[in-house]
Amino acid sequence: MADMTDLGLLEARHRLAARELSAKELTEAHLAAMIEARPLNAFITETPELALAAAEASDARLARGEGGLLEGLPIAIKDLFCTKGVQTTAGSRILEGFVPPYESTVTQRLWAEGAVPLGKTNLDEFAMGSSNVTSHFGPVRSPWTRASDNADLVPGGSSGGSAAAVAARIALAATGTDTGGSIRQPAAFCGITGIKPTYGRCSRFGVVAFASSLDQPGAFGRSVEDSALLLQAMAGYDPNDSTSADLAVPDWTASLKGKVKGLRIGVPKEYRVDAMPAEIEKLWQQGADWLRAEGAEIVEIALPHTKYALPTYYIIAPAEASSNLARYDGMRYGLRVEGETLADMYKKTRAAGFGTEVKRRVMIGTYVLSAGYYDAYYLKAQKVRRRIVEDFEQAFGKVDAILTPTAPSAAFRAGEKMDDPVAMYLNDVFTVPSSLAGLPAISVPAGLSAEGLPLGLQVIGKAWDEQTVLDVGLAIERAAAFAVMPYGLG
Amino acid sequence: MSLDKATVRKISELARIEVPESDLEPLAQELSAIIGWIEQLAEVDTDNVAPMRSVMPITHAWRADEVTDGGMQEAITQNAPSAHDGYFVVPKVVE
Repeated sequence: MADMTDLGLLEARHRLAARELSAKELTEAHLAAMIEARPLNAFITETPELALAAAEASDARLARGEGGLLEGLPIAIKDLFCTKGVQTTAGSRILEGFVPPYESTVTQRLWAEGAVPLGKTNLDEFAMGSSNVTSHFGPVRSPWTRASDNADLVPGGSSGGSAAAVAARIALAATGTDTGGSIRQPAAFCGITGIKPTYGRCSRFGVVAFASSLDQPGAFGRSVEDSALLLQAMAGYDPNDSTSADLAVPDWTASLKGKVKGLRIGVPKEYRVDAMPAEIEKLWQQGADWLRAEGAEIVEIALPHTKYALPTYYIIAPAEASSNLARYDGMRYGLRVEGETLADMYKKTRAAGFGTEVKRRVMIGTYVLSAGYYDAYYLKAQKVRRRIVEDFEQAFGKVDAILTPTAPSAAFRAGEKMDDPVAMYLNDVFTVPSSLAGLPAISVPAGLSAEGLPLGLQVIGKAWDEQTVLDVGLAIERAAAFAVMPYGLG
Repeated sequence: MSLDKATVRKISELARIEVPESDLEPLAQELSAIIGWIEQLAEVDTDNVAPMRSVMPITHAWRADEVTDGGMQEAITQNAPSAHDGYFVVPKVVE
């Protein structure tokens, strides 16, 4: 059983096509792993019946020599994607029990390609967080522990359940969403690969909204090529999302060669932040050396507005969230708490339905959008955002891709960094700038910390150039040869 | 700038989130710390910079003015905390 759950997505696909393995066997092995790994709390809703029915249908199609891109492959879905007839919570009490009457475009595409739905993964409430501790359904535990102890570590966030499920060999791959780093940071913490494509590459239709100008679905896998395959199935134009791009989706998997010879790779000097651990700095240098050895040219670049990306993000994202979350009013769906007047009902419903971090961000967003402060905060942030985007445009005049660490530390303990929201926000220091610029970026596991925890390197590309991001990512993956299993598994 | 209790009370009203009186002061301190940190943006010269609302150029899409969806009252009200006869039941607002 264990070796079946340890297969790569592509490898499993080949075995299914060759009929060396049935989708039913593969799915049963993953469902067993899901039950065994319940202490991780990676899933909010498990869908074993749907998985087995889908697997049987896949076996029938495979037997006829048919089947889609992901035929018979068990995957997990972040519980932010609406799934018809299956509870979708966004990790919030306010949506507990909500059963969407429709399917998100991304998941619709995955089912059309034959993917097998294992269940809906845990996340920070409304995708707001970097540690997956704000979920109403309890924190997710990382399958990793430090070499020195067995203390629980966070899987990162917000897509912590998806990252943990893939790392713990419960799912072959999983969907995530990334607003400021919510795919890349948990991928780094869990020792797997995660890619956020260009903003507009995947439809946001049916994805519970957090910050609409930043939210973008993406993919987790245990290798660059697995992530590329899942993303390929997810991506594409959707008339139901006015920000989705009407562009053909390239066959990234087929074009993936990992060749970086002749590429110019930028290393931004502003990413050498204060108090960056020496081991992160060393890994970054190692990554540059690997790429140089493969024939890439490493170029120092300047992204002068980097230090302003986090404060900009923490105006724009809460502002958009405060508008998006206004819909949770206890009238049409979700929790309702009775009150004396309509306004009283709204206030009581939202006080009971939202957790602390969500309330904090909705209130910050409300404040920066309120009369008298809009220009000073929100408009100012939108202007600084353009400065940040211009930094990247200038850099990409000189380089083909940018190499940075994914996060400023390895995974931390649940409870650490929780008292100070600003300290928690610093987790996203390397991922937020590219989110603000809407650029594609991948995190690839590249080494271990002194404590024995995975560390990731991030590759950022030009808009719509996921191919270069994937190729540079593959070159790092090959050089790093990261093959350590989470200690918590054994 | 730091937020006082009265400002936090006003924001909670605008956000339609009930905040107990005893939470106003700690929340004021927390939000003040975040706003204080955000204010470093004032250093950035943004004269003559147009605000960026979306990284995707939004082009207005045209389509035929046709009904493409609808007739799903039941599906739409199935998640309502209270629904009757295909309608959402809400508290009386107008006397």
